[in-house]
Amino acid sequence: MIDWFDANLVSILNGLAIGSLLFILAVGLSIVFGMMDVLNLAHGAFFLIGSYLAVTFVAGESWAGFFTAIGVAALVGLVAGGALSGLTEPLARRPILDQALLTLGISLIVAETLSIIYGNDVLSIGEPPGLDGSIAVAGNPYPTYRLMLIAVGLALALIVWLVVEKTSIGALVRASVADREMVSAIGIDNRKVKIAVLGVGSLLATVAGVLAAPVYGARPGLDKTILLLALVVIVIGGLGSIRGALVGALVIGQVESLGRALVPDLASFILFGTLALVLIVRPRGLFAGKVAHS
Amino acid sequence: MSVIPDSSVEPAAPGTGAATTTPASRGSMLLRRGAPLLVLVVALAAMPLFVAPFTANTLSRILIFALFAVSLDLLVGITGLPSLGHAAYFGVGAYTAGLVSIHWTSEAPVPVLLAAVAGAVAAAATGWLAVRSGGVYFLMLTLAIGELTHQLATRLSSVTGGSNGLFGIPSIRVGGEPMILAGFVYWYVLAVALLGFLGLWLVAHSPFGGALRGIRDNEPRMRSLGYSPFRYKFVAFILAGGFAGLAGGLFAGLLRIVNPSDAAFTTSALMLLAVVLGGAGTLWGPVLGAAVVVLVRDTFGPQLDGHGPLLLGIVFVVAVYALPRGFAGLAGLVPRRRRAPAGAA
Repeated sequence: MIDWFDANLVSILNGLAIGSLLFILAVGLSIVFGMMDVLNLAHGAFFLIGSYLAVTFVAGESWAGFFTAIGVAALVGLVAGGALSGLTEPLARRPILDQALLTLGISLIVAETLSIIYGNDVLSIGEPPGLDGSIAVAGNPYPTYRLMLIAVGLALALIVWLVVEKTSIGALVRASVADREMVSAIGIDNRKVKIAVLGVGSLLATVAGVLAAPVYGARPGLDKTILLLALVVIVIGGLGSIRGALVGALVIGQVESLGRALVPDLASFILFGTLALVLIVRPRGLFAGKVAHS
Repeated sequence: MSVIPDSSVEPAAPGTGAATTTPASRGSMLLRRGAPLLVLVVALAAMPLFVAPFTANTLSRILIFALFAVSLDLLVGITGLPSLGHAAYFGVGAYTAGLVSIHWTSEAPVPVLLAAVAGAVAAAATGWLAVRSGGVYFLMLTLAIGELTHQLATRLSSVTGGSNGLFGIPSIRVGGEPMILAGFVYWYVLAVALLGFLGLWLVAHSPFGGALRGIRDNEPRMRSLGYSPFRYKFVAFILAGGFAGLAGGLFAGLLRIVNPSDAAFTTSALMLLAVVLGGAGTLWGPVLGAAVVVLVRDTFGPQLDGHGPLLLGIVFVVAVYALPRGFAGLAGLVPRRRRAPAGAA
């Protein structure tokens, strides 16, 4: 057991790093759906915007570039989310498929526009200075940047948990997940909440894209791969649940990393198998109890 | 999943449409519709005598995608299950037909029949999970299934040829003779596709199809009437997968190359667009939608320099706002089906 653990330590750490990224992505997707009933299938495309912004501002060269990329990505995410909120407003009373089609259309437009601007090649960037080395973890050298990703992911999980559980904004979030009509009945403007939630959710996606760029690079098709993983995470965790997003992200991170390392040909089957297994035991995901209206 | 009752629609709607028509009225409907349909079939059959081989080839592709779109409509329009991964079963059928043709026989109709069986089996293997859930879960699960199938097709390169595609598929043979001329291939595609349309029409207009519409419109009510929505949805999913596999088998026989992208999300999205553009739940609408989609892609595709999905995305966004019920809604020919066909949240 110890030997196995030692031999696969790098894969496990990789899984944690992937899990951290997936959490940042999935928590946005999950809150947006849980609170606003908007299934944002353009989430992966927003992520890709972040990755290409990281390339544009050569985030690997200097911290200035890195933070510029993060700042611009955050701004773009906020604006894109706000715009999406306006676009989905007329579709609120229509079947969920219409929203899905709209966000799919947007994701195709964004992804193709990016590939027109940046070309179809895989673009990669380095880690910011100081994080480009590696640290020995239990005797195995491991990239510092990925350790930082794990730390950022865990810190964000903590922040999100504190905000949602301990602040008045968090109370609003929880109330909106539970019963949106009641929240609007006590005098809170639903549309403003929606703009804010979609803005923050999309911001998380674009920032995750910047953070992921030194690991995944930026390439066409990455948006779909990432969206797929994020969807699996929130289906496993339960829509609208933050705890679910964290647990789901950690599980899928390990499945992706260990699965690909141990049985590379069957990785897709294992991913589907995990999804199937969870849904057989808990058809609405692991932590779905909080979502009353879906 | 709850169905929000639309106040303008009579709530006692389950089974509207064909399920409630009497056998006699169905007979007269057949007569009324039969004559123009016969003219259409004869016209379609006569096509290769008048058009160039390239046009015949395009027509063959339209027929295949029309069959594919109608199989998706069985899910989206009739059953109310909006699938984002239907191309998975089309791809499974295409790869099956290709592999059967290469390694065993390309004698018609063996490859397409096995393609249909493979599509149905794949749908059964994945559908039991997808149809357990409704609404947004179904959307996400089918998207995941489709994307995983695409990844599988890319990765299993020893079997599928990986991202290079499965090429060198021999042409279809009838009685040992390979069919080379585009016109003959077209007739073969037309014959199989018409049988496929007939099969789907029969399913949609059977009591089973009526029950599917009932589930789409008011699932709790159907359950209280003693129906098992899960069983009905599962069978509908398998049937849709089988017909998509059939279309995939024809596709492999026509193009003689199969790419992983044929099973990918873009293909699913394209077909969903055909269904939505045409008008979900009408069967004939998606045929029209598929023709438009194929023609638009053929016409504008080369000028877009490989960025066809950009156009696809723009059309999606426009269609959602401008054509909420597709061409069928535009024509105003289906005033009875007021209720939106796709699943409710």
